Parts: sequence; structure tokens; C-alpha cells
Amino acid sequence: MTDAAQNISVVAAEGVKVHFGPVKALDGVDLTIEPGECVGLVGHNGAGKSTIVNVINGGLAPHDGAVRYAGRDAGTGIAVARANGVRCVFQELSLCPNLTVVENTRVMHPELRGFGWRGRALSIIRAKLDEIFPGHHIDCTAAVEDLSIAERQMVEISIIFARVHEAPRLVILDEPTSSLDAGLARQLMDYVRRFVDGGGSVLLISHILGEILSTADRIVVMKDGRVVASRQVSMFDVGSLVQAMGNVVKEQARNATVVQSSGTPLVDLPAIRGRGLPFRAHKGEVIGLAGLAGHGQTDMLLSLYRTLSSDWLPGQGSAVAFVAGDRSLNGTFPLWSILNNLSISSLGGFATAGFVKRDHEKTLGEDWKKRIEIRTPDMKNGILSLSGGNQQKVLFARALSTRATMVLMDDPMRGVDVGTKQEVYSMLRAEAAVGRTFLWYSTEMDEIRLCDRVYVFRDGVISAELVGDDITEGRVLEASFEGEAA
Amino acid sequence: MSFASRHPWVWAYLATSIVWLITILFTGGTSAGGLTQAAFTFAAFSVIVGIGQMFVITLGPGNVDLSVPATMTLAGTLSLKYMDGGEGLVLAGFGIAVAVGVVVGIVNYALIKLLRIPPIIATLSMSFIVQSTAIWSNRGLRVKPPESLASFTTSDIGGVPNIALFAVLLAVFAWFLLEKSIYGRWISAIGQSQFAARMAGIPVDGTRFVTYVVCAVLAAICGFLFASFSGGAALNMGAEYLLTSIAVVVIGGSAVAGGNSNVPGIWGASLFMFLVVSMLNTYGFGAGVRLILTGLIIISVILVASGKFKTGR
Repeated sequence: MTDAAQNISVVAAEGVKVHFGPVKALDGVDLTIEPGECVGLVGHNGAGKSTIVNVINGGLAPHDGAVRYAGRDAGTGIAVARANGVRCVFQELSLCPNLTVVENTRVMHPELRGFGWRGRALSIIRAKLDEIFPGHHIDCTAAVEDLSIAERQMVEISIIFARVHEAPRLVILDEPTSSLDAGLARQLMDYVRRFVDGGGSVLLISHILGEILSTADRIVVMKDGRVVASRQVSMFDVGSLVQAMGNVVKEQARNATVVQSSGTPLVDLPAIRGRGLPFRAHKGEVIGLAGLAGHGQTDMLLSLYRTLSSDWLPGQGSAVAFVAGDRSLNGTFPLWSILNNLSISSLGGFATAGFVKRDHEKTLGEDWKKRIEIRTPDMKNGILSLSGGNQQKVLFARALSTRATMVLMDDPMRGVDVGTKQEVYSMLRAEAAVGRTFLWYSTEMDEIRLCDRVYVFRDGVISAELVGDDITEGRVLEASFEGEAA
Repeated sequence: MSFASRHPWVWAYLATSIVWLITILFTGGTSAGGLTQAAFTFAAFSVIVGIGQMFVITLGPGNVDLSVPATMTLAGTLSLKYMDGGEGLVLAGFGIAVAVGVVVGIVNYALIKLLRIPPIIATLSMSFIVQSTAIWSNRGLRVKPPESLASFTTSDIGGVPNIALFAVLLAVFAWFLLEKSIYGRWISAIGQSQFAARMAGIPVDGTRFVTYVVCAVLAAICGFLFASFSGGAALNMGAEYLLTSIAVVVIGGSAVAGGNSNVPGIWGASLFMFLVVSMLNTYGFGAGVRLILTGLIIISVILVASGKFKTGR
């Protein structure tokens, strides 16, 4: 790269490395975005897309490497990024629901101040909405909470593109069309092209590959914290993009046995919201829930759990157990010992007249401590004295020690070390062989390949069902990303 | 030190002993017997409502039952009015008190659950309804309790007041419930994380419902006994138990944030609350000074206790 090229780049990341503990989120990423260029960014879960976005918008300081805005070494940080015209539309909508559209515009653009700012904000945001989404019917004086989810997304996008004093130079769009229908998505993509043709830059992240292929000038493919491909859009098609995201070389043979999946299913759910495929689970199956993170897998597990267990009567939950992935949200009880955390779901099994038999509980604890090697000198120690992986083992033991015929797992291996993973995998296999059913949401391809059958989620519904040898990274990616524009 | 950190209730007992000693020393030791007996009698009433409140507070942040004083008043009023001094109606009167508690508890939880009102608001508004019902049915009457009931509540066995014996038995039962039963595990789990408790298979709504009913029933029983003890129900009889029921839980070393409670502390704190007031009375302070000092002493006990042990939050 020549110096001249560097000088004109809107943003240039060079050799950026970011690690969270032992996990390398970014492992030396180079990414430059030129003025008047729309760059598409694609990659599977954990490829590093969100991390590089956070580095570019200043939210994360890289541990190694440098980020230059407009060719200058001005340091990093949100203020620096913003001063250089970098703006970001986040996947999670970030408007204040209790404020009006106009007031939200003011939040994002503090330059709107002084007497009459409401009037100026109103004309700016209304003009921008009309420009991007002609024919919208959004009342800019309404509170955001009264808008539909699609309207909120339109407002957020318009606020970001709005110009008060300085026009944005680089707009990062992270899944901007996730709540928009096909017509609105088309309008947005047309506007992106106009914005880019007028000299602005856009970094576009989307799971709809058709959108990327039709809008971007250049596509950057990330995988495992690295950029694995960066080419002009004309050199890609849907197939080659999916191939570039996957890891064809490392594909291993599945060692899972095909399980008889006939007879009466344990669970039989119709298609979610009437779209996509229905869901079925049979006795003794290990079923994977795959797809990009946040596309409805956790929601499905939670709603299934709520349907199968009772909030009012004890003992109704014996059909199903849950293993949390977000331990502090819905897993551990922080004030309790390891033993109490482990035994809470199976207390009914060793109690008389509602009172817990302590010696039985202790035996259960010692038993599981040996079986899955919980690394602690004493099961009476607090749960928080354990490492994350060992806490996760306790949650597994909690679910497996119940008599539940079905175990729901909400991506439970996040942050668990390799050794523990192997232990748990073999335990799952053994338990499935004796007739337990597992529903396993995982964001890791290696785990999805261990399943007997896999449902791939996209946009909150099941987009594909893969069985046996069809469970390959390629097929999962294909179903996770939409081929054509929605 | 480690004993104190594992058993936060020792601080309540320590404070109680100090206050008791100071009071006895001031009066030259003449009042030791009477003071102790009075302390156990009046503390017993705080223990009965305090235990119910403790179960509710264990359910986690935001859970508290403010309808305790009104429930006490209504239960005392209705049951005494029904018995009307009749000896054969004592059990029926007790039944009416319990029924009042059950109804209040059910409506409390119905408000919390169906209307999604925070417990503090739901139980407070409930207490207005309950108190108004008590005023409407009482109309300034002061019905005397049946003679046998009055003498039971005011007499003692071998120097230990009957009321105190009842409260001790209740406390032992509550301790077993909290420490040894599945129900005890459940309320503690819910207090730490309602979401995690739900996903661990605990029937969260059922457990919370039962807890609010238990708290209201205990308040009603306390009202029944207190009205009999003091020779009739009065409309303001529950008033001071609003602060007391919460204060004994907190001074007793239970975590205000929920999930971690203990029963012995309730007794220690109840004795302490009574003795502080007696001590200040002995010194001859006026009502205003006495209330200010009571508040300051409660705050300092909580500070000392929380400085010495960690509640985990």
C-alpha cells in the first residue's frame, strides 16, 4: 500500500489484534475503506465482524496494530472516530423509546442546540426520511415507543445519515434491513448507492448475501478473526461467498451415528409464525439449532421450556431441563455453594415430606464431582469460586441429574476450555444413547457437526433442516445467509 | 470473627445484651425480671410478623408486604367482634383471623401478578382497603376478648410468657422451613435470580403466592393474639408494626436484596427493638428524642453489622 493511498482512506486498520482473555477475536486484520466505496463485510458467528466494527467506531482500543482516520494517527476512541465522520447503526436498536423522533435526533446530533432546535431537527430528520424512504408515514413528533420496529429502524438509519454541520464520511450499517420488508430494504440499498456515488463510504454487514452482492463495490470475508478474502464484487457470487466463509479444508468426517427418528415425536411444533419449517424432536436425538447468533434460537428454547414446565405447580418441570449459556443471567445462584447450585433442580428426588435429605444431596454432589471433574476442594465452596468452565459443568450436572427426558442447551459452551468440551461431548453421547433428547443451540460449527439432526435458523424462523451427512459447514452457512435480496 | 461472618445474627444478640445491661445497671438491677419478661412478650409479637416479612423479603429486590399493620387490625377487629367475649367461639375466632390473612394474601398476589403492580405499591394500596374495612366494621367499638383467651395471652409458664413460647415454636418451625425444606431453597433461589430459578424448574409464581399468603396469615394471627393480649382491638394497633416487621428482618442480618435470610436474627432484633425503647424510657427522654435516638441506634447497628460481614451483594 502506498502512502498516497493511505492518506485518502477514510479509515485504515492495519494489523489490528484484539483478544478477550485467551480468545483471539481479531488476529491481525487489515481493512481500509476508501471514499466513495461501499464495502460489504461477511462472515459466520465469531468471525470478528462486530469486533472490527467496534474497533473502527472507537468503542474498542486494539491491543496491537493501528487505526488511522483520514490518514492521520490521531489515536482511537469514540470521540476521535466521530470527529472523523464515522457513524454506526447498530444491530440492536439504540433509540431512546420514551423520547420523540425529533428528540432522538438531538441525542445523536448534539450540535442541534440553542433556540428553536426542535424546528431545525424536525426539518432535518423529515427531509432525510423523505429522501431515504420516500412514501413513509412516520410522524416525527411521535415517541419512538409508539413506532413499529421497522419504523424505528428507518428512523435510526435516517438520523445517522442526517447532516447537521458535517456530513458523515463513513456509515457502518450492521444488519440494517433485519426488520425492514423487501420494499424498504430496496429503498435503503438504493440510497446507500446514491450516498456512495456522492463520495461517502459505507461498511455494510448483512446476512442477506443478495443485498451485499447488489450494493457493495468490494466484499471483505472474515473468518476466525482474520480477513480471508477481499475482492471486487464482480468476482463473487452466492456460492463462492459461502465457500469463502467456510473452512472446506478442515471439514472432518462426522462421527455421530444416525439415530432412528421415526415414531411419535416428543415435541412437534408448527412453523414459527407460519413461516419456515416445523420443528420435531424424537427420543434419544441430539438436535442442533444453528444459524447466526440472535436469529431466534434462544427464544425458541425459552418458549419451549415455558410451555413444558409450570410456573405455579411443583413437579411439572420434570419433563425438561435447561442448561444456560449466559450463566449470570439465567444460570447460577451467586450466593449459594456449588452443591446447592447443582442439586436445586433434583431436590424432589431425595426429599421426604418436602424436606431435603442432606446426606443424599451430599452423595449426589460427590458423585457428580467425580463424574465430570468439578475442580474444587469442597463442594460447599461458593459457586463463584469456580472458573467459568467449571461453573458450566455444574449447570450441566444440574440438568443431567434430573429425570428430565429432554435437555435444552442455550449455547452452553461459550468460554469453556477444550478439555471440558470433550468431556461434556462424550457425556451427551452417552446420555442420548440411553434415551435422552438434547436440543442444542450452538454458535460453533464443530458442535453442530456432532448433532444427529440440525435446524438452521434465520430471521427467527427455521430455514433449513439438515440430517446426517448433510450437516456440513457449507450447508449451514448457505441456510444462515439468504441468497437473494429479501 | 469467622463465626460472626457466617452467622450475621450474632450482632443483633450482642446489641441486645448491651442494651439490656445498660438498662439494668441504670435501674440498679431491681427491674431485671420484669424487664426481661416484658421484652419477651412484646418481642414475640414482632417475631410473628417479622418471620412472615422475612419470607417475603427473601423473595428478592422489591418484595415487601406493607399490608401487615392493616391485616393485623382487621384480623383482630373481625375475630373479636365475632367472638364477642363468648368462651366457646375461641377456635372459630382464630379461624376468622386466619381466613382474613388468606384473603389478604391472595388479593395481594393477585394485584402483583394480574395487574403487574410492584409489590410495594400493591400491598400498600391493599392496606388502605383492609384498613378501611376494619374502620367500617369496628366503628369505635372496643369488644373485650373471651376471658380464657385474654388470660392465655397474658399469663406465663414457669416465668416464660405463653406468647413467647408460641413465637419460639413458630421460629423453630420457620427455621426448619427455611434451612431444610425444598420450599426454603426455592424462595432463596428466587431471591437471587428469578429468571435462573424459573429455568431451574422452580414454580416461581406458586412459590411467591404461597409466601405472600403465609406472610398475611402470620400478620393476622399476630393481630388476633395482640388484640386478645391488650384487651380489645384498636384501629391503630398495627401501626408500629410496619417499621418493626421490616426493621427486625434487616437488623437480624437478612440480606435486604433477598436470597439470604436467617431466623435467629429475627428474635435477637425483636428483643433489641423493644429494649432500646425501654432503655430510652428509663432515661426519661421525651417522645421526640426517643424516636430520633431509636432511629440512630438502628442505623448504627446495621452499619456495624454490615461493616463486619459481607452479605454477598
